[in-house]
Amino acid sequence: MADHKPGFFTRWFCSTNHKDIGTLYLWFAALAGLIGLAASVVMRMELQQPGMQIMTDGQMWNVFITAHGLIMVFFVVMPALIGGFGNWFLPLMIGAPDMAFPRLNNISFWLLVPAFLLLLTSALVGSGAGTGWTIYPPLSSLTGHPDMSVDMAIFALHLAGASSILGAANFITTIFNMRAPGMTLHKMPLFVWAMLVTAFLLVLAVPVLGGAITMLLTDRNFGTDFFSPEGGGDPVLFQHLFWFFGHPEVYIMILPAFGIISHIVSTFSRKPIFGYLGMAYAMVAIGVVGFVVWAHHMYTVGMDVNTRAYFTAATLIIAVPTGIKIFSWIATMWGGSIEFKTPMLWAIGFIFLFTVGGVTGVVLANAGMDVALHDTYYVVAHFHYVLSLGAVFAIFAGWYYWIGKMSGRQYPEWAGQLHFWTTFVGVNLVFFPQHFLGLAGMPRRIPDYPDAYEGWNMISSLGAYISAASFCFFVLLAFWTLFAGRRVGPNYWGEGATTLEWHVSSPPPFHQFEKQPVVK
Amino acid sequence: MPSNKNMQDIENRNKKTVLGVFGIVAAMIVLAYASVPLYDLFCRVTGFGGTTGRVAEARQMDILDRQMEVQFRTSTADNMPWDFAVETNKMVVNVGADGFINFTAHNPTGKAVTGTAVYNVTPIKAAKYFKKIQCFCFDEQILTPGQTVNMPVVFFIDPAIDQDVNLRDVKTITLSYTFYKQDSGEAKGSPDKNKET
Repeated sequence: MADHKPGFFTRWFCSTNHKDIGTLYLWFAALAGLIGLAASVVMRMELQQPGMQIMTDGQMWNVFITAHGLIMVFFVVMPALIGGFGNWFLPLMIGAPDMAFPRLNNISFWLLVPAFLLLLTSALVGSGAGTGWTIYPPLSSLTGHPDMSVDMAIFALHLAGASSILGAANFITTIFNMRAPGMTLHKMPLFVWAMLVTAFLLVLAVPVLGGAITMLLTDRNFGTDFFSPEGGGDPVLFQHLFWFFGHPEVYIMILPAFGIISHIVSTFSRKPIFGYLGMAYAMVAIGVVGFVVWAHHMYTVGMDVNTRAYFTAATLIIAVPTGIKIFSWIATMWGGSIEFKTPMLWAIGFIFLFTVGGVTGVVLANAGMDVALHDTYYVVAHFHYVLSLGAVFAIFAGWYYWIGKMSGRQYPEWAGQLHFWTTFVGVNLVFFPQHFLGLAGMPRRIPDYPDAYEGWNMISSLGAYISAASFCFFVLLAFWTLFAGRRVGPNYWGEGATTLEWHVSSPPPFHQFEKQPVVK
Repeated sequence: MPSNKNMQDIENRNKKTVLGVFGIVAAMIVLAYASVPLYDLFCRVTGFGGTTGRVAEARQMDILDRQMEVQFRTSTADNMPWDFAVETNKMVVNVGADGFINFTAHNPTGKAVTGTAVYNVTPIKAAKYFKKIQCFCFDEQILTPGQTVNMPVVFFIDPAIDQDVNLRDVKTITLSYTFYKQDSGEAKGSPDKNKET
């Protein structure tokens, strides 16, 4: 059979091909990432000096932080790691011809587009949705936002949530039923394990967010009283529901990253991953324990001391499986013949910076400490170290690792390394000083601050400009690669790259595995 | 390529798996909604989040030597026109003894207004030992134009508080009320007969 591709419209708008849908997700994430990044640069310009520079008032600031947070979580990190790399490589890695439900896959992607448009326009309606990504009532109820903006943001989350759930159902079915003969669960590549755990977290967590925001929607529009105290409701219940979703959500964003990093570290150390089963079950453990730690986000709502003691202890336990992963990556590198190519630089950067974020996470897990640090820039620094410098580093690592496979063309090595080092310096300048600002008591979600905080804020803003310039360089590099990059063969990384995607051509044929592979 | 029979087999298994997954999704949505009554029940049973206990009538209690200062706070929601006050800001009671306090609400407007009081107790950990026998917060209140009402609250602090090590440091308990306007008050009927007075 010839490698027949459909015409442009059919191929990209009615696509049922997992690789094309993965490509669509990656382009979408890149575009959303550019918008989310632009929002953060505006925020750093505002914070560069004390006083109000750009923002007219606190509401405008809140609209920016809300847009930045929701875009980065739902429209950049999740589409890139899950929709993008997940769709592209999960079927390839398990030897499947495509996803289990190709047309469902198409719906998953195209739900995301109207969701994103709704979210963007919500910022332009009325006062804009300035609720933070946590959308706590009463700020998000009619008291705080009387116009339609929050309703639109809620619908955006409904659509994005439906997209994630359908995608997760597809991944679970594909992994359980479509593996090539001989590919047992305990032989699956770690990225596939990561996607399996992620998909289960999505299926268990996202419906709870859906329920909570639906209650919020009916509270706002149809007179129910789920979260309004005057009708017998309780706003703190929303926080419980939100974080029952929100905590697993942060693992949804980082587990696929763990999978990618495992592959890269193994490839460039030319060794199989150290402690394969331990790595797989560490992810399962993180997923399970991740569901019983949610209230560590709300230590200040007035829970009694025993409840706080439980959530502190449960949260600290998560450091154990996470530590297993970090040490196993180091053990994989140990004694390996390491090549510091661009993907490996991003992977090692990920391990280092994610560990920094993990350590501040252990600090914040302690209820006693957190009461002092709650809602300060210390928390902002912490979650950007694990997400911005963690998950985003993994996205770049995956891009450099697989772009040759996806496009058939390789990036110029010097440019990749330049991009890595400028980003590394930039983002650390942004977020490391924020630890100091937080410890000094600077509150988050406020566009102005006392003069005493000016020094570190200036450095943080300079870092943001370096990071943004670095991202612009990446955009040029990416286009250059796609149009003029050196052509590469099936396995351009050599003997370290062992998973099934390296056995097909680069780019893979439109329909791969016409003869089903058998894993021995 | 796998044979047609094989493909059919995979498709059937796929359908079963995906239905199972959608079952989990449905169960989680149900659970999210079920959490509303469950959380309410949980708060009532444990006093979690400052929910105070309610008892039908006074019981014979041991009155302890330990004294507590009880403070009272009153406030109204933004759209609530009432003047809401308490006769005294604080009083000292013995643990186990009944306390009596009078709140007053005045409706300065020319329209009947329905209000509901929402209350809580701080420190939150003391809430489960703070029992109310009589309280205006148990029912909706309707005030006719210009009407002023006295609203007594009868409460006691459960002597079991003395056995709880976590509450040894508690010397002051604050009872706080906020009156919210019920927008649907007039629609609910009863104000009609009040309007005559």
